[in-house]
Amino acid sequence: MCLGIPMKVKSIKGDFAQVESGRLTRTVNIQMLPQVKAGEYVIVHAGFAIQKIDCQKAEQTLKLIHEIH
Amino acid sequence: MIKEVVPRDEIRIMEVCGTHTQSFFRFGLGEFLPSNIRLISGPGCPVCVSTQDYIDQTIQLAQREDTIVATFGDMLRLPGSYSSLEQEKAQGADVRIVYSALDSLSIAQSNPRKKVIFLAVGFETTASTIALSIILAKQQGLGNLFFLPSLKLMPPALAYLLKDKRLNLHGLLCPGHVSAIIGLIPYNFIPRKFALPCCVAGFEPLDILEGIYMLLRQINSGKPGVGNQYSRVVTQKGNLAASKAIKRVFQTDNASWRGLGEIPGSGLKIKSQFSEFDAKRVFPLRKNRLALSAKQKSCRCADILKGLVTPAECALFSGVCTPEYPIGPCMVSKEGTCSIYYKYR
Repeated sequence: MCLGIPMKVKSIKGDFAQVESGRLTRTVNIQMLPQVKAGEYVIVHAGFAIQKIDCQKAEQTLKLIHEIH
Repeated sequence: MIKEVVPRDEIRIMEVCGTHTQSFFRFGLGEFLPSNIRLISGPGCPVCVSTQDYIDQTIQLAQREDTIVATFGDMLRLPGSYSSLEQEKAQGADVRIVYSALDSLSIAQSNPRKKVIFLAVGFETTASTIALSIILAKQQGLGNLFFLPSLKLMPPALAYLLKDKRLNLHGLLCPGHVSAIIGLIPYNFIPRKFALPCCVAGFEPLDILEGIYMLLRQINSGKPGVGNQYSRVVTQKGNLAASKAIKRVFQTDNASWRGLGEIPGSGLKIKSQFSEFDAKRVFPLRKNRLALSAKQKSCRCADILKGLVTPAECALFSGVCTPEYPIGPCMVSKEGTCSIYYKYR
């Protein structure tokens, strides 16, 4: 069950954050990411944000994929 | 692109993540790969590798008058020796599907006179969420919440699988979100001890194709290492806060994997500091001694989980064993190999 969805952090309150993806909003626990900030993207799994998405690396991956083509 | 780097002989790559299997079929990635690349589905589905004993114990808990069983959805239809949680629910047992282990805390708070048991099934990704849930439960002083673990660890299972020479693998596609938690370092033994290339990959179709591409480059170069296609989420060290939470609540233990038998150090058990939450210690749970039925004996989930045969090679597949009437766990879970083959055949 590796299912994890990328979502954007809208606001933070204590150990929880409001995250959204399109029109879907959720409240998730952010204790695994104590330094996360609003505006950042996270992977959400089973009610928790488990890792931040590094946007620079994401862009690099996209670039590599385009280069391969 | 992949066609340019693929060698001529058959290349066998194993992926060990149910979500990789699912994405692979859902997006028809087989069409994009040259026919000599064979992608094998390993035991990456924690529901699939839960033992018969575990399922029977969840049923024992559900049958009690004083309990509420909270579980992830795909556990519901898992067949035990003689019943399933879905059947028990139909007969009046209080079994509730939850999205997060945290939901079981709310259920416990709202039902102070019931004993709530959360079925803690998953790999390291889920283990981290359960660890934090148990810590929260302790902080809140919840006395009616318990956890029945069937948590498994990926690296020991990989080490065990790779020892089987029958597998004859050329590369390994490593899970994405497990790796977000544990990082890349735990996979170093794969190239070092087994001279096998491996690569962590994400879940979008292009992620998986790029992961396979990176593996093929490693195979061609003859220099196996640990590749990281999912670098936007996976780092060398992983998520340290998550690992810390796991270590605080759990210790490693031997664990039985359905189809694979007991693998040393491949499971997690609740530490004594949190024993008040351990359903195994609190409830009297029997091991079932009923013999396997003829159907269950013909079930080939064991070999399918090891990637030795495809679902089509199981005599029960698609005739006797279907998603509506599943025999083994590989057909029950949406991420199970047989369930996916059936859907996309």
